[in-house]
Formats: sequence, structure tokens, C-alpha cells
Amino acid sequence: MNEEKENWDLVIKPKQSMFSIDLKSLWRYRDLLMLFVRRDFVSVYKQTILGPIWFIIQPILTTLTYYIIFTFFGKMSTDGLPPILFYMSGIVLWNYFAECLMKTSETFTANANIFGKVYFPRLIVPLSIVVSNIIRFGIQLLLLISFWLYAYATGKPVHLNSTLLLLPLLLLLMAGHGFAAGLIISSLTTKYRDLKFLIQFGVQLLMYASSVVIPLSRVPEHYRWVFLMNPMTSIIETFKYSFLGKGVYEPVYLLYNFISLLIILFIGLFIFNKVEKSFMDTV
Amino acid sequence: MPVTVIKVENLGKQYRLGQIGTGTLSHDLNRTWHKIRGKEDPYLKIGVVNDRTQKGGSNIVWALQDINFQVNQGEVLGIIGKNGAGKSTLLKVLSQITSPTVGSVKVKGRIAALLEVGTGFHPELTGRENIFLNGAILGMTKSEIRSKFDEIVEFSGVDKYIDTPVKRYSSGMMVRLGFAVAAHLEPEILIVDEVLAVGDLEFQKKCLGKMKDVSEQGRTVLFVSHNMNAMQQLCTKGILISNGQLAMEGPIDKVVNHYIGIAKQGSFSSGNHARRGNKSVLFSDFYLTDASGNKADSMIMGSDIYLNAVLERKAEVKSVDVSFTIRNAMGEAITHVQNMDNDFSIPYDFDTITLRIKLSSVLFVPDTYFISVWTGCNSDAYDIIENCVHFEVMNNPDFNRIIYPHNIKVFVNSEWAISGK
Repeated sequence: MNEEKENWDLVIKPKQSMFSIDLKSLWRYRDLLMLFVRRDFVSVYKQTILGPIWFIIQPILTTLTYYIIFTFFGKMSTDGLPPILFYMSGIVLWNYFAECLMKTSETFTANANIFGKVYFPRLIVPLSIVVSNIIRFGIQLLLLISFWLYAYATGKPVHLNSTLLLLPLLLLLMAGHGFAAGLIISSLTTKYRDLKFLIQFGVQLLMYASSVVIPLSRVPEHYRWVFLMNPMTSIIETFKYSFLGKGVYEPVYLLYNFISLLIILFIGLFIFNKVEKSFMDTV
Repeated sequence: MPVTVIKVENLGKQYRLGQIGTGTLSHDLNRTWHKIRGKEDPYLKIGVVNDRTQKGGSNIVWALQDINFQVNQGEVLGIIGKNGAGKSTLLKVLSQITSPTVGSVKVKGRIAALLEVGTGFHPELTGRENIFLNGAILGMTKSEIRSKFDEIVEFSGVDKYIDTPVKRYSSGMMVRLGFAVAAHLEPEILIVDEVLAVGDLEFQKKCLGKMKDVSEQGRTVLFVSHNMNAMQQLCTKGILISNGQLAMEGPIDKVVNHYIGIAKQGSFSSGNHARRGNKSVLFSDFYLTDASGNKADSMIMGSDIYLNAVLERKAEVKSVDVSFTIRNAMGEAITHVQNMDNDFSIPYDFDTITLRIKLSSVLFVPDTYFISVWTGCNSDAYDIIENCVHFEVMNNPDFNRIIYPHNIKVFVNSEWAISGK
């Protein structure tokens, strides 16, 4: 009898261990992940005239807006960097983080009808969001590079340095934070819809408390901790330091960032695991 | 010895009634507080059996309770029950969409659930892209889909439109494409909710054939349907769920008959029926016969059937009228027959009289039907017996149809011609 029991391929029980990611089944569904990425990428701009060019237009328009408001009217400092490049690099990075966060936080509510009919590892959906946004980020990064080249050619004070090699790490930190925070929010919104309204506002607020608009060096000393609490601040600062030559680069900040990622990710996966088993009853 | 591939043990699923969201935070906090102190979840104890006719005092209900059964490899299990009995909840638990509150399900082999066709179709993507997407959602790998792609397209019959976004498809085409993908899944265990009742005739034939193939290949199928005929054709074993509990388990015919409520041989016998009326006139017998006068409890669609009613007069009456109501297995009235329809008057001075009523070319779709009888005069009822006799309508092989959409009740003979071009 006992040996037979061990042969079950699947045991459905009320509460499976609280913290378990079934990596094997995630791997088995990797094709689904890529197909979701493809779907997201292809479907968004179907029946638009400009198509994927929108990926580029969005950051350009936002950058122009910021330039007009903060530089032209506001006369705000950009750390001595060309304002266009300063804003654009902040915006491109922020966009990636914010998209990951917002889209992941809709995982359960937006896919309720699929989740209600078919089982597959639910984590596939947020993972696919992170991946499809990398493509978008890549395109916007190319845009940023072409602006950088133009600035460099016209003799503007921009300098690359070796910390640029940290870019993959920065990407990981951004993706991770967006993903993990999104998991937490998506899990909680299945029960408490109020969060949906908070998140829009929250993300906006978080952006102004990062160094997208205000360089960290211009933030008064005793308020800096507020900015540094925001994991995106050190990411954006490090990126500006390595890509443009000015910014606050402190390995300690990145270490803090990494630890905060681990904590949020742990909480996120924990809650997500718990919710995915029963959310169909409450969503 | 047969291999058990699904083992359901003490399965239970609890739902909270009423509006979710009000009071949930306080429930949650209370629950957590009990957990911290190492006490039992206070909301697990209360809860009533899932019986919607009774208004329970608790707002927590057991949609499933104490479900135990096993399925062996190669069996086709039919799950029968009224709407709301818990069938869908059971399927959802089995297909891992929601988790049970108590108990466990053990499964051997890959399980695929078809609770809907075309899940995850994206309207903006083409048929081709959606085949891949839907296939992957159902658990196929890209290379599996690629190797079956041509078969899927051929099966669906939409090859002309395969590179058109599916939002331009008719709903029928969508369903066919969806089913075509699903039909090419090769899981060891397939769970099918009533998806057969879609598509046109030719496609339905294909689907039914495919279902048969799957079971003949030795794979296990769990099938839910309200169509008792399809159940009896496809399934080997059945379970009956009622009010969230397992009411019966056994060979499909037995379970279906039990569900229908009357044993197969049970023709009319006056003692067994709850009757109403003032008893001036009584039905002493009621049975069905075929054209040659033999007693029958089934008929082929489109043939004639005779109702035979024996009446006994117990008291003086001024007139006697008789009528019959025929209902299907779901309890929906399909037709009503009465003697006034033909201006036929029944003499009222008899002691015993036998009426023979011919129903010509009965075109009810295959199902089980129940006849309720009534005799009386205007609003004065002498004798009423609800569902006193049942009969089966079998499919007519001449009709070139295997199954009928499940909400269809009557078939109409049609003649087709081209009247202009």
C-alpha cells in the first residue's frame, strides 16, 4: 500500500507547503511563457498605424514634457548633464520597473477567466510580463543610446565608464522589484480591490521619490534616506553614473537593494503561492 | 488488476455565501488569531450541506463533502447531478483550478481539463498563433503542437482562415478551432465538461468520435453532461452527486436509472404513486405500447407511440376529461395532450374504460421522458399522478444525426430545396 502511494504523480491537497515553487513544471511550461510574451508583444500594437514605433514615441514625449516643465520653466538642476539625456535615462528605467509592477499586479484579476478554466503554473504569467517588458526596454535603450551618440558627437559632457558592466545587475534588480512587488499586490487585490486604486497613485508618488526628476545629489542631506528607501533611486543613480558620467554610485546602496529584493521576493512568492490555490473562490 | 489512476479521499470544499468583501478582513484576522494560538479554524466547523432549497442559518456552505471514489485506468466516468449539485466544483478541484478545503485527490499521469473550448484565445491573433497559444495553455509544448498542427487545422475545418485574426471568425469557427486543439491533447486523463453541445452536426459527429477514440485508446475520461443518452453511450461507470455529496457510484446504467428516479422495469402500479384529486375517477393502469400493441418503455425518434390509460369510476360524475403532460429528464414540460384537442368526449357512465391515444411521429430528441396524467372536469381534479411512467426516446439512425445541442427539445423534419439561383 505504501509503495503505491509514492507513485502518485500529483496530489491535490488543501494546503500544500507554504513556500514551494515547482521549478519543474515551470520549466515544462516554458513554451507557454514565450507564447505569452509573443502575444503581449504582437497584440498590443495590432491595428495601430505606427505599431512598435509607439515604444519609442512614449519615452520621447515624456522626456519632452519633463524638459519643458522642469528645465524650461522650472529651471531645475540635472547634475550638469544634458537635460534630455538625464530625463530620458530615468524615464526608460522607470518605465520598465513601473510596467513590470503594474502588469504583474493585475495577474489574477486580468486572467481570471483563463485561470478559471485551465491549470498551469500561475507564475508563468508574471514571468512572461517581466520578459516581454525586457524587449520593450531593449528597444528604448537603443533609443537612449542613439541620443547619447548624438550628444557625444556634439561634444556634450557625457562619459561612459566601467560600471556600465553592472547593467545586467541593474536590470535584474529592477525586474525583480517590479515582479515581487507586483506579486504581493496582485495577491492582495484578489480579496481587497481597494488596492487597485491605490497602486496607480502609489507608483506615481514613488517615481517622484526616486531620482527620475531630481538628482540625488540635489536632495537635502537629511531627506536623502526617503529617496534611498526607494530601491529605484540607487538603480537610476548608478545607471546615470555609468552611462552619463554623473550620479551617486555607492556599492552599499546596491547591496541594500539586493537584500530588499530578496525580502520582497520571498514575501511575494509566499503570498502568491497561498493565493493561487484558492483565488478562484474570491476573485 | 486494474490500476487506480484517480483516488479521491474525503474531499470537501467550502464556500462562503453572500457578498465577499464585507467582513472578510475581520474573518481573516479572527482566523489568524486562532491560528496563532494553535486553535482550529473557527470557520471550518460551521457550515451546512449544500441544499439550496433550505435556507441555512450559516453563511458557509459545503459545496462538496465527504466525496470518496476511485477511477481505474481506461474507465470513462460519468458525473451526474442536478445543476448546482457540485459537479462543476468537483471538476474544478480535480483540474487544480481551485483547491479543496479538506481531503485529497491523488492522480497518476498527466491530467488535462476541458472545461471550456478555446481558453485564452486572443482576438487579435491569427488562428495559427492561437493554436499555439491555446495548445500551450492546455499543456502542450511547441514542438508537440507543431507536429500536430496540420491535423488540428484539418480537424477544425478552418484552414482557409488560419492566418486571419480570430476576431473575424464566426463563433462556430472559434469553437471548432478550440475543440480541434483540445482534441489533439494526449493526456492520460481527460476531464471533459459539457463541451459537446457546440458546433454543427458534422462537427458534433467528429467530436463524439474523437471522445470514443480517446477512451478506446485506454485513456481515462471524466465526463460531465446532462445528456443521459450520451452518458450511457460513452461512459462505463457513473457517480451521482447530490447536494454536494456522493449519492451513488456504480455502473453507468444503474446510476442513470437511479438519477432518473424510477427503476427501468417500473411501469405503472397504482400503489407507488403520490396521487391527488377527489378520487371520483381513478387511473387503474397506464402503459405505453408500440404500433403492434406490445408494451414498450422506449421508442425510436419519429415513430408512433400509444398511451393506454385504464380508468375506473368510483362515483357519479357529470363528465370526464383526460390530459397528459410529458416532461424531459430536466423536468421541463415538452408537450401537453388532452381529449378536448380532438373534440373527443369520453363517456362518463362507465365502470372501467380503456383509452388508447396515438401520438404520431414523436420527434422529441433522445432523452428520458416522464408522463404525468390528469383526469377531471374543468378545475375539479379526480386523479393526478405526477411522472407516473417514463420512457426513453432513442436516436433514429435514419436521421443522420448523432447528438443534438443540449438545449434542443424537439426535432422537426425538414425538406430542403433550392428555389432560386
